[in-house]
Amino acid sequence: MANFLVGHFFYWFVFLLMAIGLFGIVLKRNLIKKAIGMSIFQVAIILFFVASGSKWGGTVPVLDPRLGISDTARYINPLPHCLMLTAIVVGVATSGVAFALIISIWRRYQTLDEPELLAKMKNDPD
Amino acid sequence: MNPQQVYSSLVPLWAVVVSLAAVLFILLSSRRPNLREFWTLAAGLAKFGLVLSLLPAALRGQTAAADLFEILPGVRLALRADPLGVLFALVASGLWILTSCYSIGYMRGLKEHKQTRYFAFFAVCLSATMGIAFAANLATFILFYEILTIATYPLIIHQETPEAVRAGRKYLAFTLSAGVLLVAAAVWTYQLTGGDLDFRRGGLLAGLPLAAGTAVPLFLLFLAGVGVKSSVMPLHSWLPTAMVAPTPVSALLHAVAVVKAGVFGLVRMAFFILGPELLRRFRLDTALLVLAVVTILLGSLLALRQDNLKRRLAYSTVSHLSYIVLAVGLLSGPALVAGLLHLAFHAVMKITLFFCAGALAVRLGRENVSELNGVGRVMPWTMAAFTLGAVGLCGLPPLAGFVSKWYLGAAAVAGGRPLLAGVLVLSGLLNAAYLFPIIQRAFFRRGEGLAGRKEASAWMVVPLFLTALLSLALGLYPNLFFDLAGRAAAGLFGSL
Amino acid sequence: MIPTNAPALTPLLFLFTGLLIPLAALKLKKLAYWLALAATALASAAALSNIFRVLDGRAIHYHFGGWPPPIGIEYVLDPLSAFVTSVINVIALIVLIHARRTVEADLPEGKRVPYYALVMLMMSGFNGIVMTGDFFNLYVFLEICSLALYGLVAVGDRKSPVAAFRYLVLGMIGGCFYLLGVGFMYMNSGSLNMADLKAILAVLGPRPGIIVALAFMLLGFGIKMALFPLHGWLPDAYTYAPTATSALMAPIGTKIGAYGLIRVLFFVFVLQFITQTVPVATVIAWLSAAAILYGSIQAMAQDELKRMLAFSSIAQVGYIGLGIGLANPWGLVGAVLHILNHGLMKACLFLVAGNFRMKLGHSRISRLDQEARRKMPWTTAAFTLAALSMIGLPPTVGFFSKWYLAWGAVRNKGWVFLAIILLSSLLNAVYFFRVVERFYLRPKQKGEEAGRTAAATSGRSEVTVSMLAPTLILAASLLVVGLLNAVLVQGILLKFLPPGLAALKP
Repeated sequence: MANFLVGHFFYWFVFLLMAIGLFGIVLKRNLIKKAIGMSIFQVAIILFFVASGSKWGGTVPVLDPRLGISDTARYINPLPHCLMLTAIVVGVATSGVAFALIISIWRRYQTLDEPELLAKMKNDPD
Repeated sequence: MNPQQVYSSLVPLWAVVVSLAAVLFILLSSRRPNLREFWTLAAGLAKFGLVLSLLPAALRGQTAAADLFEILPGVRLALRADPLGVLFALVASGLWILTSCYSIGYMRGLKEHKQTRYFAFFAVCLSATMGIAFAANLATFILFYEILTIATYPLIIHQETPEAVRAGRKYLAFTLSAGVLLVAAAVWTYQLTGGDLDFRRGGLLAGLPLAAGTAVPLFLLFLAGVGVKSSVMPLHSWLPTAMVAPTPVSALLHAVAVVKAGVFGLVRMAFFILGPELLRRFRLDTALLVLAVVTILLGSLLALRQDNLKRRLAYSTVSHLSYIVLAVGLLSGPALVAGLLHLAFHAVMKITLFFCAGALAVRLGRENVSELNGVGRVMPWTMAAFTLGAVGLCGLPPLAGFVSKWYLGAAAVAGGRPLLAGVLVLSGLLNAAYLFPIIQRAFFRRGEGLAGRKEASAWMVVPLFLTALLSLALGLYPNLFFDLAGRAAAGLFGSL
Repeated sequence: MIPTNAPALTPLLFLFTGLLIPLAALKLKKLAYWLALAATALASAAALSNIFRVLDGRAIHYHFGGWPPPIGIEYVLDPLSAFVTSVINVIALIVLIHARRTVEADLPEGKRVPYYALVMLMMSGFNGIVMTGDFFNLYVFLEICSLALYGLVAVGDRKSPVAAFRYLVLGMIGGCFYLLGVGFMYMNSGSLNMADLKAILAVLGPRPGIIVALAFMLLGFGIKMALFPLHGWLPDAYTYAPTATSALMAPIGTKIGAYGLIRVLFFVFVLQFITQTVPVATVIAWLSAAAILYGSIQAMAQDELKRMLAFSSIAQVGYIGLGIGLANPWGLVGAVLHILNHGLMKACLFLVAGNFRMKLGHSRISRLDQEARRKMPWTTAAFTLAALSMIGLPPTVGFFSKWYLAWGAVRNKGWVFLAIILLSSLLNAVYFFRVVERFYLRPKQKGEEAGRTAAATSGRSEVTVSMLAPTLILAASLLVVGLLNAVLVQGILLKFLPPGLAALKP
């Protein structure tokens, strides 16, 4: 049991981050904090992937002449890193769009507090 | 079982399509009423002519078949003009012509609005009715059945008063629910037969080993599906409410097309899908008989309490339709023949009564029985026709009603259920109780405010007198329908 | 054109056009629309011809960069993806024809060119999701189309940024859950290629990691397809988005999620796995049943037409989910057929709503009356036909979807599901007839005189041909496709059934 907890400590950390992110999205009232929560959630998943590719005692996936190519198990898996490059870009783009929307909302409603916002929207004629 | 001779012919298809084509012309001629009405009459005559052309073959027991494209995997949109279908189609298309003439007189007499919409949807309804009559399988049947439901709605709400809208909503609530249950039954049948939905003599499901847990719910679904339109109690209450519709609508649709489509559907379900053997095995025939008796008697009793003439006639229809349900429940050839005769004869007699009611409303503005004192003197032709129709409904010779009732009673006795014949007699007495007072008031009491009033326009009086005469003629010479019904019932009861 | 290139063409075409539009518009602003239209037309033609390429049931594979899978990314054209891309592209084409006028009306000058570019990106995303045979590539295109959609929703009226923000947050969570699922899948199997995974999973069996992966992927797709209770973003997004966006999103957007669900559940996992080992199918079926009821009931309470249609969409997505959850051939055929049918119906309905907004200035149900019908008879006729189809009257398409779904339910002896499918027809009748009645019946308060003067003052004021024609084409298609549904089912849909399901046919 202890082995399970300690051995996967990084994954526990990642899930903690995800929980924090979700907590932020759901429970925070301010839109910017929601966006931050979203960012944290996404970064947690990126870390999850990266962690999945790493190995104890592994080295960067660049050809090391001392190891050669016969012992590929000594290199960490580069594929999740590539996938996560894409995911990072997606995250950046999404955060950009999110903040652009937040600016637009601010301009129209002068508030970023969700309950207040909803109340203002209700009174706003279509 | 004699195999039916089937020949291929597109006539059933044309019969369905001709009034759909007329819809287009009706819509285009909305600014020229005479031209517009011409299209309706032309379509009616064409349709009747087409159905008549199918008659000789049907009397010989042959079926015209028109197979179209596949509508579901393994099921084609197909039309079959077998004797049963031709009987129904004959009644509906023939009476449409008369109703159209009557409609012209009625609508113009009341200067009704939205006449184009009226005539257009009427034509669609008749198209759908032909489709129901000639449907070769359950899918085609449901297709046209639902089209009939929707096409009738604009006719019911025609007046657009709050009352009419409410009646329309009630109608839709009942009929759409029924349609949905019918679809459930059809899907289940599709599943049980492995993709076959054809109407087959003796029952599509006849050969399958079905347990009570399957057969009884399936029967109930079918019953609810066709039972609403057949006005079986307790599914009947939409019919009296729908009497807010213009009288020709009430006349044709509720005395001939819509409700007759319901009982026609019941005959198809009972003998071409479930099969008499299945019904007998699970005692479902008894269930039908019980429902029929309750409806016959309660319908008549409720009719007694109605002062509004059309509502009284509506409850009378509810009661008479269950004669046919009774006939189905007896599960015998002679009973079915009697039931089919009643389908045709009741239509002719009832439509006479509705036509008269409409004439009274248009000419005298009177809709309630209590207001009808002395009208017989002012509108003798109308009330004479009414008398003929009423006498026929009571089942008195020499009118058509006597013939169908007699045969039904005889079939009941022959089937070992003489009590049912007693029910029929009782019903006849009740019919007299709610119809004869009207005649008595019309001819034998003095009326008020009738000075200077005369008969309704010829457009209305001629049709209603024709249908009254028809009730007499069919009573004296029922052979045509008798033979047709006999052909329809042949081969349905194989081993029974 | 080399046949093996076919799978990759449509996503790339849209990507290319999406990049071309801003450049071309520097020269001539009007080009933006015409390029978008041309690209969609080309893609529709390609997608339709693709169907004929795969009618024999064999799939066409395209390997990007020549790298064979599972190392490289491959795109697969099989009957299912051919069908879904055709649906997407053809409906988008019809909606785009309609969109020209509404975009001009709804959007300020400077935003129109970027709008069309985003539409191209969105279409690229949709087509990529359908064609791809790689799980991570699916994520990439999922995010492409989602980002484009956030932008497309946000350019509407005052409330649209808020709706877009909510959509963004929820959509992002969905995408991330999906990504997490892919991660778990990769960790346990070592492959991202769908076909490859199928072989690997057959050997691996039900590992906890795989089950978790499936759960997360389902969550992701569920949010994307707005399956109850993950539908929270949908009503606002559909209501406040501009007409063209709603009309593009509603018929197509949620279907992509459903498609993803079908691919994962039936083409990667074994049927037994999803029905017995982990009863995912059952869960989806029950959630869908709840969706049908929830959507229909909520729709009855709405006053704004677009919002009513949004809740109706939630219910309709429930149909598709139910078909998936039944996990039998006919349920699945019903679900896929409904992708087409609902696409046609909703596109028609949203175009009608757009027509009303254009000519009447609003689409509030309580303000619609005979006036609307007198001014726009064709539009209201199209609405009525679409309403009849949603209710499920034969021979419109709506009836046939319900038939196949009902058949699937009966086959599984799912009587509750059968009852819900049929009950929903009645619920649909309630909220659609409410609107139809307003068009054709006299209002209760006004008297005779008011009715007559109204007739005298308002003349015909129907929308232009470019807006009316698509509406009517879609309405007519409801009848045509309905009558031809047997051809579609037997010719195409039955071909795509994966072997495990095909063996179950009656």
